[in-house]
Amino acid sequence: MVAQEAHAHQGPQGFIRKYIFSLDHKVIGLQYYFLALVAVFVGMFLSLLMRFHMIWPTAVLPLVGEIKPETYLQLLTMHGTIMVFFVLTTAPQGGFGNYFLPIQIGAPDMAFPVLNMLSFWTTFVAFIVILAAFFVTGGAPLHGWTGYAPLSALTNSGPGEQLGADLWITSIAIFCVASLMGALNFITTTLDMRAKGMTMMRMPLTVWSWFVTAILGLLAFGVLLSAGILLLLDRNLGTSFYVPLVVVNGQIMGHKGGSPLLWQHLFWFFGHPEVYIAILPGMGVASQLLSTFSRKPIFGYRAMVYAIMGIGFLGFMVWGHHMFMSGMSPYTAFSFSIMTMAIGVPSAIKTFNWLGTIYHGKVRFQTPMLYAIGFVSLFVSGGLSGPFLAQPVLDIPLHDTAFVVGHFHLIMGVAAIFGMFAGTYYWFPKMFGRMMNETWGRVHFVITLIGTYCIFMPMHYLGMAAQPRRYSQFTELAYLQHLLPLNRFITIAAIITIGAQFIFLINLFWSMFKGPKASDNPWEATTLEWTTATPPPHDNFGGVTPVVYHGPYEYSVPGAAKDYIMQTDPAGVTAH
Amino acid sequence: MKVPQTGKGGGTRPPAYRGGGDGGDGDGSPDYGARLRRARLGLAVLTAPIIMLFVSLTSAYVVRQGLPTLDESTNTYVRDWIPVNLPIALLLVNTLLLLVSSITAELARRQITRQAALASVPAIPGVSLGRERGFPWLMVTVVLGAGFLTGQWMAWRELAARGFYLATSASSSFVYLLTATHAIHLIGGMLVLLYAATVSLLKKPVESRRIVVDVTAWYWHFMLLLWIYIFGLVWFIK
Repeated sequence: MVAQEAHAHQGPQGFIRKYIFSLDHKVIGLQYYFLALVAVFVGMFLSLLMRFHMIWPTAVLPLVGEIKPETYLQLLTMHGTIMVFFVLTTAPQGGFGNYFLPIQIGAPDMAFPVLNMLSFWTTFVAFIVILAAFFVTGGAPLHGWTGYAPLSALTNSGPGEQLGADLWITSIAIFCVASLMGALNFITTTLDMRAKGMTMMRMPLTVWSWFVTAILGLLAFGVLLSAGILLLLDRNLGTSFYVPLVVVNGQIMGHKGGSPLLWQHLFWFFGHPEVYIAILPGMGVASQLLSTFSRKPIFGYRAMVYAIMGIGFLGFMVWGHHMFMSGMSPYTAFSFSIMTMAIGVPSAIKTFNWLGTIYHGKVRFQTPMLYAIGFVSLFVSGGLSGPFLAQPVLDIPLHDTAFVVGHFHLIMGVAAIFGMFAGTYYWFPKMFGRMMNETWGRVHFVITLIGTYCIFMPMHYLGMAAQPRRYSQFTELAYLQHLLPLNRFITIAAIITIGAQFIFLINLFWSMFKGPKASDNPWEATTLEWTTATPPPHDNFGGVTPVVYHGPYEYSVPGAAKDYIMQTDPAGVTAH
Repeated sequence: MKVPQTGKGGGTRPPAYRGGGDGGDGDGSPDYGARLRRARLGLAVLTAPIIMLFVSLTSAYVVRQGLPTLDESTNTYVRDWIPVNLPIALLLVNTLLLLVSSITAELARRQITRQAALASVPAIPGVSLGRERGFPWLMVTVVLGAGFLTGQWMAWRELAARGFYLATSASSSFVYLLTATHAIHLIGGMLVLLYAATVSLLKKPVESRRIVVDVTAWYWHFMLLLWIYIFGLVWFIK
């Protein structure tokens, strides 16, 4: 005991070591979170410009001016890239994962704190590099976040495809390295630094989701890195990995024999696990919150764990469903289709288990719970259009239409974001020692839920009505005229919803300084982060290594004194 | 005399976190055994993305080999794969250099393991180890590694002399790409080896230096296996 307390140390004192180049996973987690917060507002601004342009294509906007067709493509490229990488891959995993994984398993920090600090600052550099693409000659690239070759592989294929595209690729390559460093840390920490009594099957589902997400990232980002290297070589050193014999503006380019399909395979082999990286942490948070706020154990903990693993594993086998229109053999399409539908099974297991968790629980409808329930709703809504697209025959008319846009936005752009909101409202008291405003939280929830449904549900109809995606202007097309009122409705909903996010922003920052003080365990939750002081000290547990006696969801245990038993509580009846 | 753990334990129980805190002796000294195990685990995890990088490049290589392209003069699809005329003898010499460097890296690793095992001996009153003038296996590994990289550079010059540049053909692109990617990873390993070699001058505790050398030596062996694989790929799958 004495030796352990002697080892508890205060941590560095100087401003730079404490807040800038901190090695403390909690500070690093917050750094990731705030980076993602900046990125999401940049991304939302870009989407706002896109929505304006879709209904008023010839409008001249203040500051931005006229949005030309190529500008629209640049906007959508950067919107997608910034949102997918710097929001969805950064905040749930790098933000909450970094902050709470060590605490939830009873560790004083990540396995490799210096690597952790480097992984954040490398991500930061990647963000600066991609933002720089807006400001160089030619501007940002216009090849979409998917960067298909040969458009992305030729420097004269359009505005922004010179330095802008090189910066885009470089930023993504830097991001790959940063993510790999982070994944290494998460996996090593989870495997090697659990406290006594914290067996793998006693870990909270948040930890399981961060762990499996890290494994996905570990295996997927290397492939994206190789894709990006090949692209840089094609663009700048004359190789022909992706570029066949092409003619641009009447000029025969020097490439020969490359395959644009190679880019698609490499990109989507990464791209599909990437979307599971975006959603799994949100699923972990949803499980955690639904259990806590229903005062009931999670329904089927073991099944939830296997479902997370199943989703992760199957996620590597389905990349071809993004390529049904590439001319692949129908047999290949069939196998990708079957695997894609197979992923529906663990996803459905999780969904029914969430419902089973709430069912007959003593539900506390506080803001974090509202977001968790919203997550389930949006996961179902967005997820259900997936099996449609998983049918090659249906994908033929639906590919590259607004249907796909509705699908992936509901699930990545809303459900995953709701997971982040849920995590924010839930963990805010622990991180900042104060509560966020409950009333404004509910207002934000209602407007965002209704608003995002208004934005993205109609897109399914638009897609079935053959409205294409990535078209700069379709107001002149006769066969799409009847869809304009619906597009206007979506744009209005978008303006309102984006405006409502400022409620969240103000609530966040105001509460940090002026919110009511929080107790150590305001939600009466069972996991280890609620045993620490608020905010947790430098080494998380004040020199005392926790010992775990229970699983993470001991709520309403018959015969127990309270309706929850903390994981570190030595007393109390437990079956596992 | 309590000999620090070599870190081979663990079994199937969940490891209790001991990390930098209370070690096996209970006297507050860092638990080097746990740290070594953690560092080795980190290295094992690191090999996964590196393998995925080379798996994706291999897949691209193999598929490209069989891919027909449009021959505009005959308007038919033909296989345009021109096998690269590799300087096999030079590459075999490089392989030998890397193999020997792996052996010296292993000797360095075992040497410092012995030194770390005896680290607590000088604390015993009346006992001294004497200045161990171990053979500088670590520096020899660095030199051999530099030799390998020089040899690779010479191989690239030879390829250029034979008319195979980066963009000459798909096959040449892949040969440069695979060997250069490997070389970059090897340079990373060399930088860590250099750090390990100089850290010994900085008087850090030998157990701490042992962890750096141990993990780097294992990484070095991984680089050797990777090189043998890449060499085999470009030599035989053409």
